[in-house]
Amino acid sequence: MKTLASSPRHTSPSLITRIGAPISVMIAALLALVIVGCALMASWIAPYDPTDLASFELINAELPPAFTAEGDSHFLLGTDNQGRDLLSAMLYGARVSIAIGGGAVFVAATLGVILGLLAGYFGGKVDAVIMRVADVILSFPTILLALLVSGIARALFPGAATAQWAPVILICAIAIHEWVQYARTVRAATMVETAKDYVRAAKVIGLPPGRIMLRHILPNVMSPVLVIATINLAAAVLTEATLSFLGVGMPPTYPSLGTLIRIGNEFVFSGIWWIALFPALTLVILVLAVNIVGDWLRDRFNPKLRVKR
Amino acid sequence: MLKVLLSRLGQAALVMLVVSALSFVMFRYVGDPVASMSRENASAEEKAELRRSLGLDQPVVVQYGCFLENTLSGNLGISYRNQRPVTQLIAERLPATLELVFVATVLSLALGIPLGVLCALKPNGAAARLVQALSLIGISTPTFVTGIVLILVFAVSLGWLPSFGRGQVVDLGWWSTGLLTLSGLKALILPGITLALYQLTLIMRLVRAEMIDVLSSDYIRFAKARGLPKRYIHFHLALRNALMPVITVTGLQIGSLIAFAIVTETVFQWPGMGLLFIQAVSFVDIPVMAAYLLFVGLLFVLINTVVDILYAVVDPRLRARSA
Repeated sequence: MKTLASSPRHTSPSLITRIGAPISVMIAALLALVIVGCALMASWIAPYDPTDLASFELINAELPPAFTAEGDSHFLLGTDNQGRDLLSAMLYGARVSIAIGGGAVFVAATLGVILGLLAGYFGGKVDAVIMRVADVILSFPTILLALLVSGIARALFPGAATAQWAPVILICAIAIHEWVQYARTVRAATMVETAKDYVRAAKVIGLPPGRIMLRHILPNVMSPVLVIATINLAAAVLTEATLSFLGVGMPPTYPSLGTLIRIGNEFVFSGIWWIALFPALTLVILVLAVNIVGDWLRDRFNPKLRVKR
Repeated sequence: MLKVLLSRLGQAALVMLVVSALSFVMFRYVGDPVASMSRENASAEEKAELRRSLGLDQPVVVQYGCFLENTLSGNLGISYRNQRPVTQLIAERLPATLELVFVATVLSLALGIPLGVLCALKPNGAAARLVQALSLIGISTPTFVTGIVLILVFAVSLGWLPSFGRGQVVDLGWWSTGLLTLSGLKALILPGITLALYQLTLIMRLVRAEMIDVLSSDYIRFAKARGLPKRYIHFHLALRNALMPVITVTGLQIGSLIAFAIVTETVFQWPGMGLLFIQAVSFVDIPVMAAYLLFVGLLFVLINTVVDILYAVVDPRLRARSA
């Protein structure tokens, strides 16, 4: 409680000091916003359309970045093995990565919050079943479950359909592991809230359970969910990149950052470093920035989770 | 106690049944083995014959029964791609993965524990801050990026270390080891570091948190009051107690590392189980995929169950809760 009372939220009036973020967090947030912003506006700011296969010229393949001696000024960061402008591919790729990461976080949070509410509110058998499933899922690492899900999904959408459904498959593959965290947190918070007077009163006047959970309990258990979501976004983007790197994610025709690194990895040995390095750098900066903001949010809004200093 | 034991074992068996059902589903429904095994222009009769010989014309339930029976007797089928028993393939690849995981675990402990202690003893010192910042970068960098950068620097630019394979291996019975030759050891360095970095941050943070916890406990304060030397208090009294959970987590993480080695093995073309699995995925070699999942699943369930049971033995409170 001491940390809460002494937090600047209660003392300082202006917005900037009220946020009270150290300069490093500000920079990280700005970086994340810039990358996300560029990715969202990819179709306007990208010099070429990386999804238009007909526009690639093989004669332009594997051109080094413009700032090197052999570089071509048309392609700022060089081209990939098919003559695709790397900068454009990265902008579109970042958009794909962020969309899938965000989608996975959204699906996981929604699923986790609903199951957590049900488990915490009803308790008993419902709680036991949900939490046992959660325990089992948590004992496997994300990457293995994700590979499993994409393996099964390949069965449902064979051939060309796999590529078409790749984003949906990836979102499910990542979310199947991540919802557990939300469910556990929400369940614990819901149990606390359910015992409070306002919920008991709501029960007494005969409100249906669904309404009590969504309108009365949910708003009071949401803040940790948002914190977890921020931290999870970084993890989800990383998992997507890993799956794409392993070749079970986004197809080369519609690459994410991970797919680009996978393509680049094949050329690292021939000294063509830029295809792998620039997307990798973008990925690391994006994830690092989100992680810094997430860590700070966790410390700021959830003193209980704070690592003791 | 018996009740706990039985419920844990029952739960483990249930999980394994689910895992086996999942790998069967893959076995049966992912891709078309007949299409991937037969020649380009095979006739319909040839295909039907192949289908029959693989048992794919039977009802699904019968196929699952067969699958379970075969699995329990150690027969995991024959790889579609190289026409050899899967059990044999996995046994061949197992030493490579286990050696990699072993080296990575040793490295991450050897680095993670001192760094964690450093951060706990002087939390506001410059070194601790630097380590903390680096660990954040470490968490944010995917394993394959670390691997690619290491290859670029140490293999492509400097040419000091090999970038792929295991180097020369020595056969000790059925176990092939790269730990006994110079080229084998050299080949282990880069993949070992890459995999260790994934684990390092976790161990470091854990040691730091545990150390800070232990250092604020009463017996440490009494030891300080007695005027015992600092070095003795920190490393003899505090660290020993802080290491208990670290050992547990390291044990639990071994399964995770084996699964995560898939990525490292792909980057370094390390001939382990992970590479076998990923190659199987791209060739839709279902028996290998299914067997890998079963194997890693079994490993996980085993480790988790053993730890759960040990905890129940050690801590009576847990016994009461779970029974």
